[in-house]
Amino acid sequence: MTADQGVTAKHVIPLLDTVRAVETPEGVTIDLRVAGPVPRSLCFAIDFGIRALAYLGLAAGLATLGRFGTGVLLIAFFGLEWFYPVLFEVYGQGATPGKRMLGLRVVHDDGVPVGWSGAMIRNLLRAVDFLPFFYGCGLVSMLLTRDFKRLGDLAARTVVVYRETVTPPLRLPEAIPRPPPVRLTLAEQQAILAFAARVPSLTNERAEELAAIVRDVVRGEGDVRAGLLGYARHIAGER
Amino acid sequence: MSPNDFVRRFQSDWQAIEGLASKALARPRAKLEGVADFPARFRQLCQQLALARTRQYPPQIVLRLNRLALFAHQALYGARSGPWSEIKSFALEDFPLLVRRHAGLFWVATCLLYLPALAMSAVVWAQPELIYSLMDPAQVVDLEEMYEPGRPHIGKRASDTNVMMFGHYIQNNLSIGFQTFAGGLILGLGSIAALVFNGLYFGAVATYLTRVGYAEPFFQFVAGHSAFELTAIALSGMGGLLLGRALLTPGLCTRREALVTTARVAVRIVYGAAAMLLIAAFLEAFWSSTTAVPPLAKHLVGAALWVLVGAYFLFMGRRAH
Repeated sequence: MTADQGVTAKHVIPLLDTVRAVETPEGVTIDLRVAGPVPRSLCFAIDFGIRALAYLGLAAGLATLGRFGTGVLLIAFFGLEWFYPVLFEVYGQGATPGKRMLGLRVVHDDGVPVGWSGAMIRNLLRAVDFLPFFYGCGLVSMLLTRDFKRLGDLAARTVVVYRETVTPPLRLPEAIPRPPPVRLTLAEQQAILAFAARVPSLTNERAEELAAIVRDVVRGEGDVRAGLLGYARHIAGER
Repeated sequence: MSPNDFVRRFQSDWQAIEGLASKALARPRAKLEGVADFPARFRQLCQQLALARTRQYPPQIVLRLNRLALFAHQALYGARSGPWSEIKSFALEDFPLLVRRHAGLFWVATCLLYLPALAMSAVVWAQPELIYSLMDPAQVVDLEEMYEPGRPHIGKRASDTNVMMFGHYIQNNLSIGFQTFAGGLILGLGSIAALVFNGLYFGAVATYLTRVGYAEPFFQFVAGHSAFELTAIALSGMGGLLLGRALLTPGLCTRREALVTTARVAVRIVYGAAAMLLIAAFLEAFWSSTTAVPPLAKHLVGAALWVLVGAYFLFMGRRAH
């Protein structure tokens, strides 16, 4: 490999990120944000708590009915364990109550909402993911796959993503809008905007220190930080 | 065009698409006003998203369009059919078709279940006390009590109600079916072990009870649900063997890809088997234990159900598109 190729390859390697691009039949890509094991465990804990409460309530109510009540409880247990996630994922826009609380949802790999067969496949295999104890297989599978898929997700071709929220308008500090001296890529623009949005929460020294990283880009300007804030305003659409 | 002009010019289109998409997602099968030009509007939106990206428009515009495009994409390409049509086509066509497509493995699983049963049967017939190699004495006492001739309800204790037993059988049947399937992930070995063990157990119990003279109550008890239960356990094992085979001989795929592709088929078979186990649990709780029906009728119904299950897997779905 020549030095040149090395440099090109370096530029091609994308940063580690949890964004997954889905290509639509219309030929554009849409970005999804994949959710990792930690928020998903929390969702499971919440859903588990809800089911546990339901069982406790049922058990208390059915205790007076003796063995008949035990039978009803066993049937309810079966129904809830097998169909609670399926029904919520199909009718609740891909989210059980736990997932809804954490802003997650289940979609197919191509971004469309999960349907009956997908939801049933991924939730039946929950029992396999649970092996050998407490989601051991599921966790290993999540860590080995790019999109944090447990075995059920692999088989059903589904992925758990963050629900897209309406992006709140950016609050940028006061500055005079100025066009950047060079054409910036979207990622660079985003970096500058993110920096500008963070400036009010930083100490002056830290803000200057961060701004100094791109001093060469803003060369010829006195105050690098003020320069960046000006670019941010320009990028945000002010002229 | 400046970013702000871009937003001003197309803002109203975006709002229209958003409104339509949210209505369509909320009520997937409703007929909506203005839905005819939705695809055209969506294509325009996609073009605008691509344009905003290549022109390096401000991130909040790109993010907004990305969100909107995802939303509209889901509304346009999301599943339209309800559960009933899927369940119907699965029960009437897909399930028997899948089983026939992998008939070889079904017969392997069936042999793994019945051959040990026959072998154990011969062994226990010769030496009834060998049942203690599979069960402890307390279980055998329980068993004898449940199938003692002349009891008002067969197969359960006097205090157990039918509903209680239904719940119990559901748990029991499904966990056996599921263990048999999931064991397939250990290169198929778990499934083989589960099938063989269930076969040994069934052979031992049936022969032991016959040997001690309880054949009549026992066989009229199992006649009704045996067709569904035994076939479903063989099917669960077949699902597990499919997984094992995919891992051992992935063919031209990677092992992971082979497993994923096969799991999609196997899981559908196991869902069918689970439905059959539910039917079996229902029959077992409410029909098998009754003594109100003469034994001959129960044997005839049992035989009819075997014919029905056989005919279902042999003939259903043959005229499917």
